[in-house]
Amino acid sequence: MSTESPVALRVNHPEGRPAGRPSPARGFRPSRRLRDNTAAYVLMIGGIFCFALFSWYPMIREVIMSFQKTNFAGETTWVGLANYRHIIGDPSFWGAWRATALFAALALVFGYAVPFVTAVVLNELRHWRGYFRLLVYLPVMIPPAAAAFLWKWFYTPDNSGLFNAVLHAVGLPTSQWLQSPRIALLCLVLFSTWSNMGAAVLVYLASLQGIPGELYDAAEIDGAGLLRRVWHVTVPQTRLILSLMLMLQVVATMQVFLEPLILTGGQSGTTTVVYLIYNYAFSFNNYGSAAALGILLLVVLLGFAGGYLWLSRRPEEAN
Amino acid sequence: MAAVESGPRTLISPAQLSRGRGRIIYWTVLGVMIPLFAALFLFPLYWMVTGGLKSPSQVVQTPPTLVPSQPEFHNYLTAWNDLGLGRLILNTVLYAGGALVFQVVFDVAAAYAISKLRPALGNVILFAMLAAMMIPATVLVLPQYLTANSLPFLHTSILNTPWVIWLPSVANGFNIFILKRFFDSVPADLLAAAALDGAGPFRTLWRVVLPISRPIIGVVSIFAAVNVWKDFLWPLLVLSEPSAQTINIGLYHLNYGIPEDVFIAALAIACVPTIVFFLIFQRNIMAGLTAGGVKG
Repeated sequence: MSTESPVALRVNHPEGRPAGRPSPARGFRPSRRLRDNTAAYVLMIGGIFCFALFSWYPMIREVIMSFQKTNFAGETTWVGLANYRHIIGDPSFWGAWRATALFAALALVFGYAVPFVTAVVLNELRHWRGYFRLLVYLPVMIPPAAAAFLWKWFYTPDNSGLFNAVLHAVGLPTSQWLQSPRIALLCLVLFSTWSNMGAAVLVYLASLQGIPGELYDAAEIDGAGLLRRVWHVTVPQTRLILSLMLMLQVVATMQVFLEPLILTGGQSGTTTVVYLIYNYAFSFNNYGSAAALGILLLVVLLGFAGGYLWLSRRPEEAN
Repeated sequence: MAAVESGPRTLISPAQLSRGRGRIIYWTVLGVMIPLFAALFLFPLYWMVTGGLKSPSQVVQTPPTLVPSQPEFHNYLTAWNDLGLGRLILNTVLYAGGALVFQVVFDVAAAYAISKLRPALGNVILFAMLAAMMIPATVLVLPQYLTANSLPFLHTSILNTPWVIWLPSVANGFNIFILKRFFDSVPADLLAAAALDGAGPFRTLWRVVLPISRPIIGVVSIFAAVNVWKDFLWPLLVLSEPSAQTINIGLYHLNYGIPEDVFIAALAIACVPTIVFFLIFQRNIMAGLTAGGVKG
């Protein structure tokens, strides 16, 4: 052990040595640093290349493009804030933000609450556990386009559609579903919840199983009923994962694209922000406006993530 | 299973569940949940599979029939033979497999180098990679598309080639995050012992670090494959050639101009590979997903 420690020190803390205390092995330290640096950069080169090409450079390019007018055929000109003025003046601008915000809000009511409640209930069941987990995760394994087309078919507005047939069979009024501007967004959220909730349920189940049983015992001794135990034990104990999933979900739902593209084609007031970006870029070849709208979306989402970080810091500060 | 059943108590105590009113409520809830889950998650799949067996007139019939009267199995044959589904599925497997390999090789190497070799500027690079995680994917697709269409300096296009899926998939800040966290937890003594034996950084990575990293590499692999399988917007933009498309994009373009019953059969076929894969590797996938999500 005593013969090993100087070597271990040299290997583990090559740069952690306090200045002014020369190491006995100083003689070959530079060559070792050089070797480690070379090795490190050889190992990192693939990652750096991919990040530079497909993350760092595109980010800079997006910002630049949002101030330019370009179609890659003619010349590129700087237009200042003209792209931003154009998109804000576009009649579909506020509608797209409204649809996006409404989708995210409805997805919070359904897509956020439903998986957690489901996980809490499933965690109490002592039988058929494998069955429930398997079934709730099945939709996650379906290719999303296939699932979306399947639901589009279910939503068929006449009585040959599955949902209307079921409603009709039990004597309830049928619906126009995706063609009704009033509930089209809700239809998208229901589909989205169905197809994505499995992953969230599994994550919640894993975190519920980590709650020590004594906490429930103690709460019960203090006379806490079922709902109070959920509120005072289950929720605080899973707070971290709950808030993380909340942020991830809002960031994901604000970028909704596949659902409106396949299910409604942007009709019935379901043109979302990303759908509008897609239209600007690939239907109108207006890359500048697409980039400008992308930057606005980025600012909103970063603002949201920043707010999340700020809020989730406060309990620790209070301690 | 048995371990779970005799595990620690949960919200409701075992005593409460096993007698009197609690027992009745428990069995009622279970009795409702089992058919409810079947209706929510199995019945749609049943409806899809049987929809593929209906004739065009039966598909639009009011009210729809629960069981197709004369199952038309040839719908599935037509879908498979005429729509090129095999090609689409094969493409997706190829893209998912390649993305998995590239991500594991490049991201593991980079995270290990940053965590254990501590190169000059390592923290700057780490920060830049993690910052990429904050940028929503949909914001970047346009400049990424333009970059892939004409690579800087080379001025070649990688659209409609596997590279356009593989290379961007490596730029995944989340992978770097969980891998670096894992490597940070590898005891320094272990690496010191390898260095004592004369192993250089590469040998140490290969012989010492990788063997103990299998679980975390498993998590990265699952996410890599699932992400390619589920991705829609990016492949929609960069794979315009029908022969290069993924199953998602292929279905999207097939939607136009084929009979609805055949299209439904195609949807059902498209679901088969992942569901079979999932049923086989269910245990590993679920363990990986939950471990990665909570503790990773």
